[in-house]
Amino acid sequence: MIRTCLIALLSHWRRNPVQLFAYLAGLAIATALWSGVQAINSEARASYDAAAATLGEGRFDRLIPKQGNAIAQDTYVTLRRAGWLVSPVLDVRLGDVRVIGVEPVTSPTGFAGLTFTEETPALMPGEPDLLFANAETAAALGDRARVSVNENVAPGVAVGDIGTVQRLSGRDDLSTLVLLPEQPIGRPDLETIAPGLRLQPSQQVADVAQLTDSFHLNLTAFGLLSFAVGLFIVHATIGLAFEQRRGMIRTIRALGVPLRTLVTLITVEMLALAAIGAALGIVMGYVIAALLLPDVAATLRGLYGAEVSGTLGFRAEWWLSGFLLALLGTAIALAGRIWQIARMPLLASARPRAWVMSGATRFGVQSVAALGLLSTAVLLVVLADGLIPVFALLGCLLIGGALALPVLASYALRLFEARASQPIWQWFWADTRQQLPGLSLALMALLLAVSANVGVSTMVSSFRLTFVGFLDQRLAPELFARVDNAEQSAQLEAYLIAQGIETLPLRSASAQIEGRPVQVFGVRVGPTYRNNWVFLAEESDAWDRVERGSAVIANEQLARRRSLWVGDSVQISPDLTLPIAAVVGDYGNPEGQIVVSEDVFTTLYPDSFAAQFGMRTGDATALRTQIVDQVGLPENTMINQEAIKAMSLEVFERTFTVTAALNVLTLGVAAFAILMSLLTLADLRVPQLAPVWAIGVTRATLGRLELFRALGLGLLVFAYAIPLGLALAWILLALVNVEAFGWQLPMFLFPLDYLQLGAYALVAVALAAAWPAWRLIRTPPAALLKVFAHER
Amino acid sequence: MNVRLFLLLCLLPLSALAQGFSGLGSEADAEFSSPSPNPAFAFPADHGPHPDYRIEWWYLTATLEAADGTAYGLQWTLFRSALAPGEDEGWASPQIWFAHAAVTTPNAHLASERFARGGIGQAGVQASPFRAWIDEWALEGPDFDSLSLSAHTPDFAYDMTLEAQGPLVFHGDAGFSVKSSEGQASYYYSQPFYDISGTLTLPEGQVTVSGQAWLDREWSSQPLSDTQSGWDWFSLSFDQGAKLMGFQLRQTDGSTFSSATWIEADGTTTAYADGAFTARLLETSNVADRDIPTRWQVALPDRHVDVTVSAMNPDAWMGLSIPYWEGPVGITGSHTGRGYLEMTGYE
Repeated sequence: MIRTCLIALLSHWRRNPVQLFAYLAGLAIATALWSGVQAINSEARASYDAAAATLGEGRFDRLIPKQGNAIAQDTYVTLRRAGWLVSPVLDVRLGDVRVIGVEPVTSPTGFAGLTFTEETPALMPGEPDLLFANAETAAALGDRARVSVNENVAPGVAVGDIGTVQRLSGRDDLSTLVLLPEQPIGRPDLETIAPGLRLQPSQQVADVAQLTDSFHLNLTAFGLLSFAVGLFIVHATIGLAFEQRRGMIRTIRALGVPLRTLVTLITVEMLALAAIGAALGIVMGYVIAALLLPDVAATLRGLYGAEVSGTLGFRAEWWLSGFLLALLGTAIALAGRIWQIARMPLLASARPRAWVMSGATRFGVQSVAALGLLSTAVLLVVLADGLIPVFALLGCLLIGGALALPVLASYALRLFEARASQPIWQWFWADTRQQLPGLSLALMALLLAVSANVGVSTMVSSFRLTFVGFLDQRLAPELFARVDNAEQSAQLEAYLIAQGIETLPLRSASAQIEGRPVQVFGVRVGPTYRNNWVFLAEESDAWDRVERGSAVIANEQLARRRSLWVGDSVQISPDLTLPIAAVVGDYGNPEGQIVVSEDVFTTLYPDSFAAQFGMRTGDATALRTQIVDQVGLPENTMINQEAIKAMSLEVFERTFTVTAALNVLTLGVAAFAILMSLLTLADLRVPQLAPVWAIGVTRATLGRLELFRALGLGLLVFAYAIPLGLALAWILLALVNVEAFGWQLPMFLFPLDYLQLGAYALVAVALAAAWPAWRLIRTPPAALLKVFAHER
Repeated sequence: MNVRLFLLLCLLPLSALAQGFSGLGSEADAEFSSPSPNPAFAFPADHGPHPDYRIEWWYLTATLEAADGTAYGLQWTLFRSALAPGEDEGWASPQIWFAHAAVTTPNAHLASERFARGGIGQAGVQASPFRAWIDEWALEGPDFDSLSLSAHTPDFAYDMTLEAQGPLVFHGDAGFSVKSSEGQASYYYSQPFYDISGTLTLPEGQVTVSGQAWLDREWSSQPLSDTQSGWDWFSLSFDQGAKLMGFQLRQTDGSTFSSATWIEADGTTTAYADGAFTARLLETSNVADRDIPTRWQVALPDRHVDVTVSAMNPDAWMGLSIPYWEGPVGITGSHTGRGYLEMTGYE
């Protein structure tokens, strides 16, 4: 009996393959993007954890140089001999790989958090040139060092004994000193033992996981959007399938199959199919994640300096959660239907059309919800403070906007209907409006995809324009050099002055202002600064006042975080408070910065020297060669302007590749939802089309009208998506950026881009509608005639 | 604790040493030097390190008393452990240094440790003027007879001065100390005649103390047999004037190998071979979740010594990367006095 029942139930899918496809594909889509995004997030999280373990960053206080980036090894020994329990770290680069030298005997994290097993050799001090890295990094290191593969090491990082790393990098000094949590009693002040160092409390090292939160939230939002659309497709399919199967269920029950058996069988059948769909989705998710991960990794590295492994692990935490979530979603959708079957009178008949139309009663509820969400959004614009409320605002705006769509569309269609004079058009508009409930979900998905596209592309393009302009003003010098010590600094400066080259020495120090880390820069005010820097806000004689030492320039991050602006004062050291003469935009850097004159800087930091130089020259390559020959600076300490610009833009381009890819995917999902809705509706619509056909409208005309209807609805959605997308862009630029990075970007409009996007969206809609229209054109007249004979 | 993990993997000789020497093979590594009989020590040079030997220590223990009569114990030990024989420049040095400092009061035992790599100046020993140091912990002075001692930790600290009141004494056969019937041995001499005084900084405040200190110098490459599971070492100073150093190495089969040195008040020594010195377990205490012997019946019949040695504070467990028991003891019976007891291999 069970077997026969099951065959009967499954025959429904054989007769409705499109519905089966919609069911499986809906689940696959729901699972795919969601689990793909989760896979990326979990890979990133694993990388952050590995990095935290490897580098111990954020867990221990550190001693760092007040100036430059090197600590003499003798300073380490002096500190230890004075009772300062510190452990040395050397942080260098070998090619593209960050190599960390640690001293395992004194390190508080042991050997950089590595666990050694019998298979992986342990570090032996004095073991020549052995580094530890994961397989990917080991390959990148090539034959530069002997590498033992250890997958516990953070991606992009190799660790080794400090002696080994010194030998490999040709250095004899250290980068930072990690301060052990427990210190002996009665040790002298740091200032007396090592006046060149300062203590950097652990909590001030920005936590990578925290910094990258907004990015991952972004990904999750896209994943959730797609999950929701997919599940709605599933929900709709289940609803329709159950309505259509009422007749069969009635028959099976009439034949004597107990209700309990039938319910169990249906549950098993639907959940088994759901499992297949979800499994397909996980495979797709893995592929999506694997394709996106290299760009995600590049983005995180470029934007936040966070290293993420470029290879994807198949971690249970994401695939299992995606799978279970999909099944749970399906089960919830199923539960209502099964409840109906359980309570269904034995002889009830199927009412699929009524099921579709029941959506109309939802309109009222939807309008109220939309109004509520949009009002909340307006409220949040005023009140939102912090990243989470801003994302909540985004959610309210998008969901509220989407829920309002059917109501607005219905209103628009009424207008068209009122203006149509020909009966065929009157019928067309009325029929379109009548189809809205069945299509609304797919249209909402399209709306979300298009507005997300408008919003994100506006943000990206605005950012690009601002960023390129910013690079031009900031990177005016044609050649940049970096020196390690005061002697080199003086030599280089003397040489450049002798050559009559306009030189921009840059002194920098990390300081704390009101308990937060700030970079202080000492600049030599000259024509380059005066001519190139563009301020967000300034007093008329800003540079003169900075040059006289009576004012400073603050970057936007600092100004916004502390609610300071031009005219306000900022305390730079315990003895020095100066007014802000100008606020300058500073993109691509999360830290606060203060620019003071060279003289003020030297007063603050008497032992400082200019570690960076900008040089104005007509021929950067020639000057570079001269400096190598005459001053003896190594070639790799200099970089010319074009190289920096290219590098910065490259980081930037990759930054938004991921979002663009996710946009395309959501647009695809929306198109798919439209296709599925149209296909599902197609069969149900035959009884409505048959009379129109019978009074003389050809099938070809009907088909064209179907296509036209889809395009018209697409256009309607697109027109509505533009303002919604621009609102989204404004929130991203003016609110999310400020919260996440500390800078605000001017918003530019790109009408041509939007038109292009509109064309894409219409093409997607046309493609989705083409098949159902074609099927309509090919419907045998007999099938249409049957409507009049068929007892429905 | 990662340091511990690291040590277990990398510093096998050390952990083997502390875990009753059981980890060592019966053959000394061919590369390391091995002690040989009839040593000819050269001082002050031999107060300095011997990097060709695998392990070496400068081991100071002291029994102290405050003005109010409260008894204290103090330990300061600098260990050298070589991953390979010899010395090298900078980080390439194969020498690892580590040190233990402890203070025992009647109701508390405080201990701390330090680690350092050789070759960079963070730790080391210099023979003359004598200086043994790791970080800011130091035992130093113009010569071996007149030293200052310091150790500072997060919980306690001490700053002491030491003055030798007698000569160096050599254990075993003129400083060649045999450790097993199979012939394992070390070079071993002591300065047991220090007067010590200074200040202990304890959680409850500073205490001025004075007393007697005993410094052991020992180095070897493979001191024990692999059938030995640990040792019980006694340094006893009798009120009657003489001193006794005695140890027994516990064999895995339950038997022991013992050795002792009788030290007259003028520094004259008599060495006793296996069997002359005996230590019989009287009582154990539960310390750090283990049963640790804290009362012994110690006898050296040839000198009419038959005494009960009791831990002043049974809780003198050194819960460090390498755990062992080390603390001051009181002596009653045929002789009276105070001393120090070290026991390894009970973890």
